[in-house]
This record gives sequence, C-alpha cells and structure tokens, in this order.
Amino acid sequence: MTVLRTVDLTKKFGDFAALDKVNIEVDEGEVYGFIGPNGSGKSTTLRVLLGILKATEGRAEIFGKDSWKDAVEIHKRVAYVPGEVSLWPNLTGGEVIDLLVKLRGGNSSHRREELIQKFDLDPSKKCRTYSKGNRQKVALIAALSSDVDLYILDEPTSGLDPLMERTFQEYIIEEKKQGKSILLSSHILSEVEKLCDKVAIIREGKIIETGTLKDLRHLTGTILLVETKEPILDLAGIRGVSGIQPRGNAMSFQVDSGEVAYVISYISQFGIVRIESSPPTLEQLFMRHYEVSDKTTGIGAGGEA
Amino acid sequence: MNRHLFEGTRTLIRFILRRDRLRLPIWLVSFISISVIVAIAFAGLYQTNAERLAIAETMQNPAVIAMLGPGYGYGLKNYPIGAITAHEMLLMTAIVVGLMNILLIIRHTRTDEEDGRIEMVRSLPVGRLSNLLSVLVVLTGVNILLALLLGFSLTVLGIEGMGLEGSLLYGSALGASGLIFAGVAAISAQLSSNARSTLGLAFTVLLAAYIIRVIGDLRNETLSWFSPLSWVLRTEVYVNNYWWPILLTVLVALLLMGLALYLNSIRDLGSGFIPSRSGKEKASKTLLSSFGLVFRLQRTGLIVWGIGLLVVGVIYGSLFGELETYFDQIDLMQQMVILVEGFSLTEQFIPLLMSIIAILSTIPVLMSILKVKTEEKNDRLEHLISRAVSRNRLMGSYLTMSILTGFVMLTLSSVGLGVMGNIVMEENLSLGIYYSAAMVYFPAILTMIGIAVLLFGWASKWTGLVWLYLALAFFIVYMGSLFQFEDWVEKLTPFGYIAKFPIEEMNYWSASIMVTLAIILIIVGMIGFNRRDIGR
Repeated sequence: MTVLRTVDLTKKFGDFAALDKVNIEVDEGEVYGFIGPNGSGKSTTLRVLLGILKATEGRAEIFGKDSWKDAVEIHKRVAYVPGEVSLWPNLTGGEVIDLLVKLRGGNSSHRREELIQKFDLDPSKKCRTYSKGNRQKVALIAALSSDVDLYILDEPTSGLDPLMERTFQEYIIEEKKQGKSILLSSHILSEVEKLCDKVAIIREGKIIETGTLKDLRHLTGTILLVETKEPILDLAGIRGVSGIQPRGNAMSFQVDSGEVAYVISYISQFGIVRIESSPPTLEQLFMRHYEVSDKTTGIGAGGEA
Repeated sequence: MNRHLFEGTRTLIRFILRRDRLRLPIWLVSFISISVIVAIAFAGLYQTNAERLAIAETMQNPAVIAMLGPGYGYGLKNYPIGAITAHEMLLMTAIVVGLMNILLIIRHTRTDEEDGRIEMVRSLPVGRLSNLLSVLVVLTGVNILLALLLGFSLTVLGIEGMGLEGSLLYGSALGASGLIFAGVAAISAQLSSNARSTLGLAFTVLLAAYIIRVIGDLRNETLSWFSPLSWVLRTEVYVNNYWWPILLTVLVALLLMGLALYLNSIRDLGSGFIPSRSGKEKASKTLLSSFGLVFRLQRTGLIVWGIGLLVVGVIYGSLFGELETYFDQIDLMQQMVILVEGFSLTEQFIPLLMSIIAILSTIPVLMSILKVKTEEKNDRLEHLISRAVSRNRLMGSYLTMSILTGFVMLTLSSVGLGVMGNIVMEENLSLGIYYSAAMVYFPAILTMIGIAVLLFGWASKWTGLVWLYLALAFFIVYMGSLFQFEDWVEKLTPFGYIAKFPIEEMNYWSASIMVTLAIILIIVGMIGFNRRDIGR
C-alpha cells in the first residue's frame, strides 16, 4: 500500500524551479532513501510533503490525502525531523520533547526515558546551550517517542557522533520491522545503503534515478577487480568500461551490465590471474551520476556520456 | 604592542561599517530630520516673545517636568526658541539615541557571539578584544558624527536663538548620552550570557535612569545626579550652554567602555558573569499546547512590560496631587487640555495621559503578535506546523496572547494611575473611571493587531511598517497638543477615533466600527497566512 506519493511535484521560488516534476512513492513498511547533494531539493520536497511549502504544480499525498489541505489530519500520524533543528533557547530539552510529542496529539511518552538515556541527552539543560548534535537528538527523541505510521527525516544524523548514528539506525530498523514507513533524506550514503529498500537520487530539482538498490545496481553494472599476467591494453577504450582505478597489481573498474560478457572475453586474452566481481556501492552509483554530467572531474567518466 | 589583544581591529571596524552601511545612515538621517522638522515647526509656532513666554509658563508644571525634565531660562527677558525645542526634545531624543546604541552594540556583540560568528572571527589572527573594541570605536564615531551633524544642521536653519554653540552643545548632549548607553550595553553584554538577557539588562538600566530622573526632578535633586539622563539636561542648552555635563558624561562613558573591555578580556567566549541555571527535565502541563508555548515564550516580556506600565501609571498618578495645586494657581493649560465645563481638571487631564499610556501599551502588544515572525525566521514554526497544529490555531494562539497582553497593560497602567492618583489627591475618582478611560482604547489596539496580522499574512517582509504607524500615532499625540494639528491629522491613526473619556461620552458607534475593521483585517491576514509558504 502506498503511504506517500508525489506526482509531477513542482515548486518554484519566483522563476527558480527548486523542484521539477518530482515523482516518488513510499510503500508501507518501506525505508525510502532520498539522496542528493546540498541544494538539490531534498528539503524542499519534504517541506512540501509536510504542507509547510505549497506546491506550484503537481500533487503531494500522504495516506492518500492532500498534504497541503489535510495537513493537520496527516500530521497526527507523521513524525518529522527537520534538517536544521532550531529550538527555543529558553526552554529545556526535556520541555521541548514533551511539547513536541504533545502537539502531535498522541500521548506516547512510553519511550521517552529510554530514548533520552540511549541518546545520552541531558534534558534539564536550556536549548541555548546545546550543540548542533544535541539539538538533533532533541528532535530525534521527540520524533521517535511518538507513535506514528510515517517518519520523515531530513538528514537526521548530521551532527551526531558515530555511536549515536548507530543507535539511530537500530531504532529505524526496529520501526521498519513494525511495519512503519520511513522517508530518509541523507547524503551519508553508507547509512542509506544500510537502511533503505528503495532510493531516489535527486539533482537540481529533478529525480535522476529511482528504484530498489538492487535495480539500480543491476542497471549500473558490476565492479570487476582483475589481475592479469600482461597489462590490459587500451582498457579505457573498451565498450562499457568506466571508473578505472589501479589497485596494487590489479585494476578495478565498472562494467555496464549489458557488456559483461564482451569485456570478460576481451580481458581474458591478457591472462587472468585473479578476478573478483562485486556490486557497485551506492557511492559509486552516486558519483557516477554526478561525473556523467561533469566530465572535468576526470576519474571514471561514465560510459554513456 | 598588545597585538594579542587588538590585532585586526581596523579590519573589523571596516567590516562593521560595511555590514551597517544602510542601518547607520538611516538612524542618523532620522535623528537629524526629526530634530530639524521639530525646530522649524516650533520656530513657526512661537514667533513672538510673548508666545514663547506663554508656552514656557504651561511647561512649568509637574507633568511636563516628570515627562521631559525641568525647564530653564524662565527668568530671561527674551526666552529663546531653542530652550523650548531643547526642553521638548532633548530627553526623548536622548532616550532613543540610547536605544540605538544599545541595539547596535548587542547586534555586534552578543548576537554575533550567540550565532557563532565571533568564534569564526576569533579563530583568525585577531585579538581577543578586537571585536568589542571595533564596535565601541564605530559607535563612538557614530555618536560624534551625530553630535556634529545635528549641531551644524540646526545652526544652518538660521533660527534666531539657536546659535552655533547651543546647537553643537545640543548635538553633543545627545551624542554623549549615546556613548553612556553604548557603555552600559557593552557591560551588559559581558554580564549576561545571551543576547536576550543582555537586551533586558541594558533596557532596565535605561528605564531605571529615566525613572530615577523623574523622581529626582520632582522630589529630590540629589537623586537626579544618579541618572545620566539628567546630566545632559543640566547643559541648559541655548541659554547657559554649560559644557561640563558633556565632559562628565563622556568621561563616565569611557570608564564604562574600559570596564567592558576588561570584563571581556577575563571571560570565556560564549559565557557570561551571570550564570545560566539549568531547568526542568519535564514540561509542566501548562506548556503543552500551542498557546502554552506562546505564553511561556512571552511570559517574561509580559511581566517586565506589565511592571513598566504599572510604574508609568503610578508616576503619572503621583502627578495628580501636584497638578491640583498647580491648576489652582495657573489657568493656562488650554494648549494641553481642552477645558470643559462640569468636569474637574483631573478628569480633563485623564484622556491626555491615557492616550500616551494606550500607545505605550501597544508596544508590547505588537511585539507579542509579531513574535510569530521571529519564530518563522528562526525556523521554529516548522515544529508546530509539521505536527497536528493548524495554521489557524497557531495564529489564534498568538492573537490570544497579544489581546491578553493589551488587556493586562491597560489594566495595570490604569489601576496604577488611579490608585496613586487617589492617594495624592483630595478629590477621589472611582477606579472605574480610570479603568474605562483606558479600556476605551481597546478597539484601537485591536485595529493595530489587525494591521500586524494583515501584513504578516500577505507581506511578512513589511510587518515593520506597523511600527512606523505606531510611531506616527505617538508623534501625533505627543506633539498634537503643541502643534495644534488640523482635525484630519489626528484621524490618521485609530487612536484618533477614541472618545476622550470621561469628558466625552463613550462612542459605541466608532468603537464597533473599529472592532469590525480589526476582525476583517485579522481574517484577511489569516487567509493570506493559510495560503503562503512558511519559512524565511
């Protein structure tokens, strides 16, 4: 069942199109990764979904309801962590958590103490004195101690230390097990890779790739690590090969999925000593997309360019 | 020498000038144009010596002394126009100059520190004291510039009785009081650990200086010497032209600035000498709603302004006793109060005081409703909007709070006025009369709220205009009695449509129109707010 959906969502600020026909779809029990560099439109999408910004064109729906018109109804079942958490300087962290939980309408502080302890937050301090990481914790605790069906998280781990990052990931996995849906924007790719079932990559307001990680990997091809007796001639010139990097005696490169057979038959003439294949990491996927349109960065310019 | 303390000061000075390249000229131009306009207007109004003597006589009453400080030069055969202008304008302008200095100092010290900008600057090869020193240097320059520009602009007008020395002294008096409050704000910024309480502390000193002067000028001259605001009044500009008060003020200001620099050198970045306490681990029940939050965020402001207006009421009330005696002797108050048969002089004086009180009360009311804009700018509205809080409920909370604020302010000030007035007067009026005289202004305050909501809903960049409008209202009331404006001028703001209770009947007709208008403005504003994006 679809929990969240945007259809040709477009948002313009004046003449500038921050979002250009964005389509994403999150199903029940799914963790959906939303990745892209700074300023690519991640936060804008989330804010439209929350009815903070009004869509210029297209639709944004959560639980089948319009995210602008039915904002209040929707928000009763949604928890949101903004990308930049700004809190009231003269309230304490504990007070803010209670307030934010209460304003959702639900009454579920059952996990409050546990979360405060796990995230190692001092709730008696005024928010003014909190570091960025601590403000982030306040927002996360408030979100996670609510009983909701959908989490919308905008770079939730920015500012957290690696230990807290792991605590966060554990909670997300637990929520997912309980059938909750999560829309997670991030540029920490290892995190997305670990947590997400589906991924959308956004760039300059346009979705440039979307699907399950498996699909994306399949589409992109395979990473081969090959050691040969003789050096492979003209490797960069072969059809479907990209991202060449020397690794000790071996070479690592990416092969487009349709060209695997051809590439292997070509390199076998140089006497294969060792060959390992692995799916591309999300980082490799991501970099590939950005390097395609920005060839000047050099290394591993993509095949289809 | 002392490179570790002052390195980079010159660059920072240029940086501040760059950041404030509009702000500073706007302040300066406003001060100069208002002073020049008023000087010209007064010169036109009181052309003959007889007219000037007559107005001088009306100014020698306790109400005016309390508000503006003691007059001088009354013994002179030829009472100069400069003395009237200075008496009317010097103190009030000095307060606003002080305000400017406080705001600018805090902007470049605590606010920058709180937002982490000072940290960035400090990580560069820049001295520990360079930032504070550069701010102080810039403001010293601004105050000197203000003194000189004002002095020469007033001289250039060529008004008889406003010569070069007097005008320069007038300017210097303002510049010197600016310096004092720059020093006060600089010290406050070291004492408290955040911008908000710094502002509170510096404002408290400014208010205290005014109140000490009021009490001192009315009852005990020695007390006045504890207020820097009364030093500058001792210059007796355009009559005796004493320069020593300027010297005294500047000296003290420099001492304050030195102390601020010292305190700055011995504290850690981000900390203050008044420690911040830790708070509650859990929220109390009263906080847990959108109105609860709004109330909590404004509680301190409500209390501070409430006390402030109570004090204003009490001070005005204490005047009544003296007024009674004064009115017995002199009957030249036509220009301040319209004499109406069948009412005591006190009753006739109430509307004038109330109009000023009502406008003062509108300040915290507008601050309260416009807090929603600050929250939006700081990305904190998102927390509410992204939860089960509708925009109408959100605005409703702010509206309720601002209306409550207006109610509290009018109540406290009128009760203060009434109780104190009845203590000092032989004639006793019922508290109900004072209370009604204040409450008749409620529709005007509602209308101001409506304008603020309208601007916030449709053009939130321009909400500042409502302050200009309020300033206009204050100007008309404050100056109206002396300038004798045409009727339509008074009708430019909602405050001009209020019945002068108790000498006039309550005007239910105009009150209901104003309330209706306020409701329409609020609804239209809400519609705008419901249709727009939230964010900076």
